[in-house]
Amino acid sequence: MNDKLSQKNSRPLSLRVPEPSGRPGDAPDFTHLSMDPAGAVERPDVATTPYEMRDHAFRLIRVLDDEGQAVGPWNPRLDPETLRRGLKAMILTRAFDDRMHRAHRQGKTSFYMKCTGEEAIAVAQGMLLSREDMGFPTYRQQGLLIARGYPLVEMMNQIYSNAADPIKGRQLPIMYSAKDYGFFTISGNLGTQVPQAVGWAMASAYKGDDKIAISWIGDGATAEGDFHNALTFASVYRAPVILNIVNNQWAISSFQGIAGGLETTFASKAIGYGLPALRVDGNDFLAVWAATQWAEERARSNQGATVIELFTYRGAPHSTSDDPSRYRPGDEHEKWPLGDPLDRLRQHLTVIGEWDDERHATALREAVEQVRAAGKESEAIGTLGQSRPSVKTMFEEVYATEDWRLIEQRREVGV
Amino acid sequence: MAEQIPFTDADRNDGVEPDMVDQNAAPASEATGSGVQPMNMIQALNSAIDVKMSEDANVLSFGEDAGYFGGVFRVTDKLQQKHGLTRSFDAPISECGIVAAAIGMGAYGLRPVVEIQFADYIYPAYDQIVSEAAKMRYRSGGQFTSPIVVRSPYGGGIFGGQTHSQSPESLFTHIAGLKVVIPSNPYDAKGLLIAAIEDDDPVVFFEPKRLYNGPFDGWHEKPVSPWKAQDLAQVPTGKYVEPIGKARVMREGNDVTILAYGTMVWVALAGAEHAGIDAEVIDLRSLVPLDIETIEASVKKTGRCVIVHEAPKTSGFGGELSALVQERCFYHLEAPIARVTGWDTPYPHAFEWEYFPGPQRVADALKSVMTGGR
Repeated sequence: MNDKLSQKNSRPLSLRVPEPSGRPGDAPDFTHLSMDPAGAVERPDVATTPYEMRDHAFRLIRVLDDEGQAVGPWNPRLDPETLRRGLKAMILTRAFDDRMHRAHRQGKTSFYMKCTGEEAIAVAQGMLLSREDMGFPTYRQQGLLIARGYPLVEMMNQIYSNAADPIKGRQLPIMYSAKDYGFFTISGNLGTQVPQAVGWAMASAYKGDDKIAISWIGDGATAEGDFHNALTFASVYRAPVILNIVNNQWAISSFQGIAGGLETTFASKAIGYGLPALRVDGNDFLAVWAATQWAEERARSNQGATVIELFTYRGAPHSTSDDPSRYRPGDEHEKWPLGDPLDRLRQHLTVIGEWDDERHATALREAVEQVRAAGKESEAIGTLGQSRPSVKTMFEEVYATEDWRLIEQRREVGV
Repeated sequence: MAEQIPFTDADRNDGVEPDMVDQNAAPASEATGSGVQPMNMIQALNSAIDVKMSEDANVLSFGEDAGYFGGVFRVTDKLQQKHGLTRSFDAPISECGIVAAAIGMGAYGLRPVVEIQFADYIYPAYDQIVSEAAKMRYRSGGQFTSPIVVRSPYGGGIFGGQTHSQSPESLFTHIAGLKVVIPSNPYDAKGLLIAAIEDDDPVVFFEPKRLYNGPFDGWHEKPVSPWKAQDLAQVPTGKYVEPIGKARVMREGNDVTILAYGTMVWVALAGAEHAGIDAEVIDLRSLVPLDIETIEASVKKTGRCVIVHEAPKTSGFGGELSALVQERCFYHLEAPIARVTGWDTPYPHAFEWEYFPGPQRVADALKSVMTGGR
């Protein structure tokens, strides 16, 4: 073969496999990240054509600067009470995660997934949109439920698959479903919910309703065909939907370059579909809020879908079954140049005189108390295996009406 | 993926009367009428969707080429003109997207009826059907449901080669949460499709495309009779519902029970006639849910059972039927259960009639079980 190649005067081809900038033992290297300073990216009118604003897919919308000031055209100018509610919801989300992660370690459940470092995204978006709108989440948007005041005890009952589990012990822990809170049943299969969100939004438009849909997908799952099908449908039918890509840099152990993140931004995927794209600092509560508000206004005014890349970092392991120390630098999260979303909002509230250390300590204590109380209540019903829904329910809701097979099989089990 | 091939020409070569495939013929769209008209399968299916779209604003229809043009087989013909652009429209060539959008619409509260142009193209939508639609009610504790219908022209006998001839029903009957319906005639096609649209669970609705224009009995070298000569092609123009989960006894008989569905119902009837055997031919009509009572009663009466389907034998639905009959009727059986099926090969183009289970193979199987089996 080589003889033949040399005769043709060709050089041998070589296969490129992308590698991250650091592996365990290496110092984190973020020199490849290009980031606009806070306030630097202009805010286009919502009627701007996707083509005119295509640069936004490659910029980074930031509102909070290093000193904690809100600057630039994307500043949503939220009142301090809204900011405090946001911070408290993020604190509660983190406290909940810590408790449930520990509960897994204590053998109280089989599985858990934290959203450490990504709290600002689901919390801001959950606060901003109505629970009449429908959210099509992945497994890392628990902040949406918490921001909307969904009972923590119900979340725990689901995580424990206990007798009070709202979805009757049928799903892996954290695969919540909460229709009344605008939270679609989580699949666990990656990317499938995005074209469904588009279909839901199409239905709302078809009915002349005023509701919109919002979906989330990770950077890794944008490689799924479902994502691209969703963008095609969203564009073709001008569906009123917000399509978030949460780029948290890691898909279990694969860095975002394995999903194509070295060649272009994830936001820029929208350009080929004729959709507007915003690329946003996902650790900046105000920037997430402002970008979502822009997309919401566009959707509600019948101008269609927006793709938002939320640039963040997955601080925790993928799940309780994962150990990131085996594939990424240990202190990559600590050194993440865009900081931590809780710290940054806390800093901002403090700088504007609406927060202080004492209030923060109180908020932390209250969050831990709230989680502890819910935990007590849920554990009284039972942790995994201690209590569970009736076995009879295993055969229910497969169909609206059971057919003879399910009736016979239920009898065979003796329930 | 969705290229067109000239099926209607192939049909004409097989003797279908030209008036039965006239693309300019007005479909039976008298949704409010109360009369009865002869309809072919296409017209009956069109009428079913039309009836439901007329009475329920939450019903809409979309698919590849299914809007303005009315579908490559014309099943959604004129629905857009009658009901409007937003109720019957063209979809991108994205089966995953079509089914996923339908799932989202169903979760919102609509009742979408989507067309997958050929069952052979359904695989890109498989994850959405299997992992999403089928499990929606269960996994959400009843909070969300998928009241959707996925229609798809299905089966062989039209010289469609391997990408326009497959029978993938067992890939769906295996999935808890799905219903699988396969009509064999215009009357059932309409009544069952209306039932499917009204069903609160996802229904995979396979339309045997070899039957669209006539009750093809497998004698492929002979002219095919049109539907209009058949009682089951006399279709009410208004609304009626055929329940999903009830079989139809197409021919009563005492010697052997033939279980079939789709095109094979007509092949089974022809096979029994050819063999001169008094067979009871049961058209299952829906595979899930299955009318086990009718099957059981018949096999207990006849003591013999032959199962006929186009799909390959291994892990085909016939295996399930055979097991059920054995479990429930073992002491009534006079002979081993026989299966007449497509071969375990991809669907071949040039060897269509060697592959396609025809009346001769059915007759041979009947004779075999009558003499006690192999």
